Amino acid sequence: MVTLSSDSRNIIGRGPPLGAGLFFLGLVSVGIMMLDQRSNYLDTVRQWLGAAAAPVYAVVQTPGQAWEWLTGSFADRTRLRTENAELSEQLREARVKLLQFDSLREENVRLRAVREASAGVGGRTMIAEIMRVDVDPFRHRVRINKGSDDGVFKNQPVLDAFGIVGQVVQVDKYSSTIILISDSGHAIPVQVNRNGIRSIAVGAGDLGKLSLPYLTVESDVKTGDLLVSSGLDGIFPAGYPVATVSKVERNPADTFALVEAKPLAQLDRDREVLLLWADPPSQVEAPAAKPAKPAATESKPAAETSSATPAPATPSAAPREAAETPPPGTQPLPQSQPPQD
Amino acid sequence: MSDGRISRARVTFTVILAIIFAVLPLPEPIDAARPDLLLLLVIYWSLSAPRIAGLLFAWFCGLAIDVLKGIILGQHALAFLVVAYFTHKFQLRIRIFPLSQQTLTVFAFLFLYQFILWWLDGIIGQAVTTWMRWLPVISGAILWPILVAGLDTWNRRNR
Repeated sequence: MVTLSSDSRNIIGRGPPLGAGLFFLGLVSVGIMMLDQRSNYLDTVRQWLGAAAAPVYAVVQTPGQAWEWLTGSFADRTRLRTENAELSEQLREARVKLLQFDSLREENVRLRAVREASAGVGGRTMIAEIMRVDVDPFRHRVRINKGSDDGVFKNQPVLDAFGIVGQVVQVDKYSSTIILISDSGHAIPVQVNRNGIRSIAVGAGDLGKLSLPYLTVESDVKTGDLLVSSGLDGIFPAGYPVATVSKVERNPADTFALVEAKPLAQLDRDREVLLLWADPPSQVEAPAAKPAKPAATESKPAAETSSATPAPATPSAAPREAAETPPPGTQPLPQSQPPQD
Repeated sequence: MSDGRISRARVTFTVILAIIFAVLPLPEPIDAARPDLLLLLVIYWSLSAPRIAGLLFAWFCGLAIDVLKGIILGQHALAFLVVAYFTHKFQLRIRIFPLSQQTLTVFAFLFLYQFILWWLDGIIGQAVTTWMRWLPVISGAILWPILVAGLDTWNRRNR
């Protein structure tokens, strides 16, 4: 039984009546909820409230970090050695792959220029650490230790070394929440890498499973097919691996096949993820507008060509080119419309 | 500033502990059944120190949970507020209940709390439909007698 102290609420004349408090605060709550759900007026408020929560996160994370520090500093020599050997082996492999990368990228840029494709490859990344705090046991959301102070923005794509992990749903000042692609409230537009069939991969609330509910029975999908992001949502850049198809069941009586896929990103094992700042599409399109010119095949042509053409100050070659192509100010950018989400 | 013999510092201290408990990572199997310790504390302090722990106190506790774990602001705040309202309304009756009956009442309050959350989740379109979502109701009701015993002893000793 709760301790009976002599301090029960006075019957008369002490504070506002209960019902009024309930009504007023309830109204405030509902108002906040509507503002937060339907608009982004409260984003700054949330950022600062999240910043106020930073000490709580610091306290919660301390034991884990201390343990990591301890195990790290007392790790025995042999283990460090084997780890070192493994890592240098991996580095060597990666170097060999990288040798081809430059030439492939050149070729890719050239081919894209020829095709006037709008999708860009590459971008800036930043490593963020997943914090050891609980967000919600029933939702696939995690918190990372980078926030708006580091330039993180809402709907930013998040990757790991193997594929797409998810996107940022909420940004605080020093931390942010990301939603994983496996959350049942998340969907990502994908493309079968083998033949380009487009579909949508919906999270199934299970870390090892995505479902593709919109593939018809006749569609050409096989177990083991690689699914890459199609970039149609304007959030995830095109061409990043998402999942491999793990199960295809076709029942001729149904319209849609039962297709499941396994995410490539290690959603349950990651400690670190990569935040991606994709190249803005308009910069990559600038060379694509002038297909046959050799300048477009340069590895980083976007800024130079677009700044060079408007002012034909260079006497010899530039004016002639400018005469051939329409003046850049009036030139319509092909497919410059970024896909709406 | 004290309400009878219960100081404001003591309430704040327990609330901070409960907030930390709310985001503490727990191992997988018991993670889903994490009791809503902060709500239990709000009920406890509303019963034993109603002048310190009013409706506004409950609302801010709920808002803290919203900031740490919520999808939208105000969801947990509203649920906390409703539970605190009923606790205050029946405060004089609940605190002289025998412990078993009190636990049943708290069980009902916890259920109400989860129901409001579930309902609001559905309204914003992100409902969690697994039955596991109701586990905190049971674990919270089990925790209640222990919490009351502990806090009562502490309050009596430090009079």
